[in-house]
Amino acid sequence: MGRDAGRLSLILLFAPFALWIGLLIVLPQLGIGYVSLREKVGIAEYEIGLGNYADFFGEPIYRNTLLRTAWMSILVTILALILGFPVAYYIAKIAKERSRAALFLMCLIPLWVSDLVRAYGWIVLLRETGLVSSALVSLGLIAEPVEMLYNDVTVIIGLVYTVILFMIVPLVSTLQGMDDALLEAGYNLGGSRLTVFRRIIVPYAMPGIVAGCIITFMLTAGSYLTPILLGGKNSSWFTEQIYSQFITRYNWEAGATFGVLLLVFTSLVVWFGLKLTGQSLATTVAKE
Amino acid sequence: MYDLSCADVTKRFGNFTAVSGVTLDIPSGSFFSILGPSGCGKTTLMRMIAGFESPTSGDIRIKGESVIGQPPNRRNVKMVFQHLALFPMMNVGENIAYGLRCRGDARSGIGGKVARVLDRVGLPGVEDKRIEQLSGGQKQRIAIARCMVLEPDVLLLDEPLGALDLKLREHMKIELKQLQHQFETTFLYITHDQSEALVMSDNVAVMNAGRFEQVGSPRELYDDPRSGFVAGFVGDATRLAGRIEEVRGQEARIALEEEGGTVLGRLCDDSRVGDAVEIFLRPEAMTLEDRGYASSLGGTVDSLLFNGANSRILVRTGSGHLIEIADRAQRQSLSEGDAVTISWQPDRARVFAGREV
Repeated sequence: MGRDAGRLSLILLFAPFALWIGLLIVLPQLGIGYVSLREKVGIAEYEIGLGNYADFFGEPIYRNTLLRTAWMSILVTILALILGFPVAYYIAKIAKERSRAALFLMCLIPLWVSDLVRAYGWIVLLRETGLVSSALVSLGLIAEPVEMLYNDVTVIIGLVYTVILFMIVPLVSTLQGMDDALLEAGYNLGGSRLTVFRRIIVPYAMPGIVAGCIITFMLTAGSYLTPILLGGKNSSWFTEQIYSQFITRYNWEAGATFGVLLLVFTSLVVWFGLKLTGQSLATTVAKE
Repeated sequence: MYDLSCADVTKRFGNFTAVSGVTLDIPSGSFFSILGPSGCGKTTLMRMIAGFESPTSGDIRIKGESVIGQPPNRRNVKMVFQHLALFPMMNVGENIAYGLRCRGDARSGIGGKVARVLDRVGLPGVEDKRIEQLSGGQKQRIAIARCMVLEPDVLLLDEPLGALDLKLREHMKIELKQLQHQFETTFLYITHDQSEALVMSDNVAVMNAGRFEQVGSPRELYDDPRSGFVAGFVGDATRLAGRIEEVRGQEARIALEEEGGTVLGRLCDDSRVGDAVEIFLRPEAMTLEDRGYASSLGGTVDSLLFNGANSRILVRTGSGHLIEIADRAQRQSLSEGDAVTISWQPDRARVFAGREV
């Protein structure tokens, strides 16, 4: 009786999660995978084959867009880590108990505003007639208004701004678990600030660093609005290719193929990143 | 030459004085304890010695040299933290090697030093174990080994036994003392547990409200406390409140406040007739047998507590006070509810000026 009830409650608790994963993630992905393997040979006539993938690898612009997206996403991830770590460290270790919640909330506030509005906010600031440009002109620092949109630097700034929160949150939660005595022991045994940072803080924060990097990398590589709005036609973001295949060219087969490739490629990058830093999901993200 | 001296060290946080005018000298190779209730300033004092806090005034000298202004990583005092603070992301060998690597030891020599210190703490060959694979007592020894491998002038220990269960704690007390003998290093041990301090130390400082109340050997503190606080804090003692009626030499006749009647005790400070005082009675100083002692008090047996050689008889006085009496004979003849007379030799009851509690 007790065991049956236990099993029932387990099933009930597990059901929403299983449904969510199954219906909203696994099933659509299987569908995408299936569509990507379908080659169009005539009107409403299809064959199963790898032709769509061959098309992708045959066309340099597709490959290069994917590689470029990956490189820029890695750059954004690294920048978010470098900028986010001190912020997270301050919130978790240096700030007083009372101001900690307020600081954390301030990091969350940008999420109140939708992605779209935030991207337009950047446009208002950075366009040729925007605030920054006109301010610089009126201060006499530059002679003519400059266009600050539609270049890679702006795209990267915009992306870092969008995703940095997802770096800070896991970092704060891992760093909060660190006993201050560990740092003191690090100094007491003769470590300099640099040694303590390198040999104690960073290894301790590794689960948070890995989790944060995976989340920000995946979010960046899969983002659409920010690169398109801030980068314009030059952004050459891979999601833009997927969008145009699906919507503009109505080529679902190619779009699905790109989707699968993006997933596989970003997963490979994450796997490679873990290998390179000698970490594994089991010892970092899944660690208690 | 003292390994560690503090001269008039004071630390204030805002208006709060955590440590007030502490002076101490610890001779080389001795085991020194600071004993006090939580919040008495002992941890602050230790943190100042380690360099994590700087004193508001006063001087701290290690091996005769002032370390004021020297950062913690330059001081040759190592610390065993309350929760040990072993690095969880490193294995045992790396934990011990950390300090050696910080010091810049040659890589080739580190392995041998780690193996030797592990040998000395009785855990040879555990270099590759992870910290979470060790038992509480083993972690303790690794934490000590991690410090001792650096051959510090002074080893600070901040209540490191607090997290262990009772049985292990008893065992570690003896082991710590043996380790200290073996390494011949000065240990400064901080605790609120008087039995830890008494068992292990060569000398103990009893600390209260930021000050040292008394410094002495465990026996001196137990047999000859200098203040009511020390008498009450070190060792077991029953405390009775009263007022002095008459002083004759060292002996005072005291009217008990709650129990009524008068008893005799040895006056240990400069209280005078009429002053409110406290009488401290050790369990082993009192007896229920009629030995013709000059001072006595009536009561009834409340309960008999059997604990081997530490057995006690609890006697309830007329006012409801419970008095603990050592029961060396482990008498079977008494039973609960029996009327008894507690008596003691006046010079074994200590009388101090009453404190506000």
